[in-house]
Amino acid sequence: MKKLLLILIAFLLLSGCHGSKQRNAFSVPEEFDLSREYDVVFWAKNDTNKNQVNVYENAIRSFEELYPNIHVQVKYYTDYLRIYNDVITNISTDTTPNVCITYPDHIATYLTGDNVVVSLDDLLIDENYGLGGKKLKFNSPDKDELVEEFLDECKIADSYYAIPFMRSTEALYINKTYVEKLGYHIPEEISWDFVFEVSEKAMAKDDEGNYLVNGQKVMIPFIYKSTDNMMITMLKQLKAPYSSEKGEVLLFNDVTEDILKNLSAHSATGAFSTFKISSYPANFLNAGQCIFAIDSTAGSTWMGSKAPLSDIAEENIVEFETVVTAIPQYDSTNKQMISQGPSICIFNKEDKQEVLASWLFAQYLLTDEVQIGYAKTEGYVPVSQAAASSDAYQEYLSLGGSDDNEHYQVKIDATKLLLANIDHTFVTPVFNGSASLREAAGQLIENTCKSTRRKETIDDEYFRKLYSDLNLLYHLDDASLALGGPKDLGPLPFEAKLLLGSLGVSWVLIISYVIYKRKKSC
Amino acid sequence: MKKLLTILLAVGLLFALGACNKADNEPAGDETPTTDNEVKVMSHAEYMAADLETEVNVECYVQAHQSWWEDKITVYAADEDGAYFIYQMACTEEDAAKLTAGTKIRVHGYKGEWSGEIEIMDATFEIIEGNYVADAVDVTALLGSDELIDHQNEFVSFTGLTVVAADESGAAFLYNWDGSGSHESNSDLYFNVSDGTNTYTFTVESYLTGNDTDVYAAVESLQVGDVVDMTGFLYWYNGVNPHIVSVVVK
Repeated sequence: MKKLLLILIAFLLLSGCHGSKQRNAFSVPEEFDLSREYDVVFWAKNDTNKNQVNVYENAIRSFEELYPNIHVQVKYYTDYLRIYNDVITNISTDTTPNVCITYPDHIATYLTGDNVVVSLDDLLIDENYGLGGKKLKFNSPDKDELVEEFLDECKIADSYYAIPFMRSTEALYINKTYVEKLGYHIPEEISWDFVFEVSEKAMAKDDEGNYLVNGQKVMIPFIYKSTDNMMITMLKQLKAPYSSEKGEVLLFNDVTEDILKNLSAHSATGAFSTFKISSYPANFLNAGQCIFAIDSTAGSTWMGSKAPLSDIAEENIVEFETVVTAIPQYDSTNKQMISQGPSICIFNKEDKQEVLASWLFAQYLLTDEVQIGYAKTEGYVPVSQAAASSDAYQEYLSLGGSDDNEHYQVKIDATKLLLANIDHTFVTPVFNGSASLREAAGQLIENTCKSTRRKETIDDEYFRKLYSDLNLLYHLDDASLALGGPKDLGPLPFEAKLLLGSLGVSWVLIISYVIYKRKKSC
Repeated sequence: MKKLLTILLAVGLLFALGACNKADNEPAGDETPTTDNEVKVMSHAEYMAADLETEVNVECYVQAHQSWWEDKITVYAADEDGAYFIYQMACTEEDAAKLTAGTKIRVHGYKGEWSGEIEIMDATFEIIEGNYVADAVDVTALLGSDELIDHQNEFVSFTGLTVVAADESGAAFLYNWDGSGSHESNSDLYFNVSDGTNTYTFTVESYLTGNDTDVYAAVESLQVGDVVDMTGFLYWYNGVNPHIVSVVVK
């Protein structure tokens, strides 16, 4: 009997080796303990923009004045993917930050660990410490004061795992001067056909190889910054599949192939390129080497002859009139543009009071002062209606064009573009693997355009191989499997059957031996 | 009975081990074996003359590399005739450890240009026999001239340049181009130097030399007015933008 027990204990111990550290779900403490000291680590993202860093620093300073027992340590990133990568590394060592700027796609991956990210369902509505709570030392917006669409983007599987911080969309920045020089007028609703038609016309050169439209040796009429967004948005506008809500990968379809063939054709002539292939659209636009640049509204301070931020030498900047519009559409009756921008999540810790301190700081980032301050740094829109409708923010918008810094016209036009089109924004389904699917969507365009430039044959066989390569690279079958339900993987290989069989036989023999010994000793 | 059982268990375990071993040795996918086709290796001159977006094969020596990340590594390479910048070359973490200065590699990729920087993109490589580390070429006298670009990506030195303010506040250097970064965030460092005529922006690229390196600390200690000697790689971003690896204040 003793031996049987020992075997069972050993079995249990061995099984335990495979488990990872479990953490209980967070529950809101009744009272925040102000007598204790808390360190809150905040991983923030900025767009390599000093003004944004200043807003964060001021927010931390003001927050610490209200809560002297909470000490916020900030680490700055300029790339969402770096944050994502670092968080994943730190989940395994249980050293995640407390508060983190993130995207819901990334949270979906973090959620594969048990209770790693705090569900905010209870916190949001807690009467004392929730949004607009009674015991807060600052005025935060009520839950219903957050823009509903933006808050809903932070919902994963019916629970809130983040709060929105800022929102932006993509805009089309146009060199109007060159469009008119080419004999066109900018229509009210811009179609993809229009953009490609003008772009092709801009490829005409003189005998010396200079482009007629700008007199320079370089002209890439149409450059798209984020090809992930480009593919996702085009599919959305065409009502074509991308993924199901549950995570089924539907990206590789006939419409996708048609889009890629079209982009390949314009890439072959040099009329279309991407950030990854050529460089920042703003650099080409401002040098008069690009006519249509699609980039985030949060990149608007870089766009145009008078842009307050620039990466190119002043002598290379060309004078032209910049117009900001919605991105091109396939169907003006189904206007679609992506909703993007940073959200904030909170990582779970053993100490509930520490989590509550984290939440207080996260919530502080929704106050009017922080929201308006950060929104002014770029073409961002506050996520709180209270901030957006405040006199201070409305005055800021009304002063568009009064200077080329805080009130830079292009930036304020970009901001107004999103404010006027919130009903036309969309997000893609979030699931474990959705971040990879998004990367694959962009890579389809990058690879097709690169292959075209390298004179490879772009045909059905090419697309079959491309789909297969990206499927493998981004483990998209795994993503489908994660939430897309069971999938038939075919029969077990012989070796697996042999292994399982051997283990089964071994256990039968062990148990038989123990029983035999017991009977013998009786 | 005990012996019989022992034998049976041992046989069972052997079968199990055999199954594990076989599974481990099998390739993960439907990989087809590659053939060892002869490829024509280009000289540096042939590489420079090649059109953009064409396939290139070169043999060169690693001079330095940026930090490995997600199975990719960016390499500063050279041979006796010139230099190469190999952007995000496919590389396992294990192989990255072998890419020490001087290691000879055969690289296959495509020639590209990104903001004026000529580079090899989508590259793969193999390590081959050979070792070479380039001496720094002093290009101080070429600053501001059209000839400077002929040395693009080479290991170069600059002597007797004076540190000038990096922004209106008079800072000697900035974390990120506009001061939006920090030491803790391992941000790139930007600082301006003057040859008495023109001002140039030099960079400590943190993926090459991060906040735990001597050059990072040296730049953090710079004062406006310091006269410095430097070495680095002659990187290009919309104009010359050297990635500095050493700074000595005179």
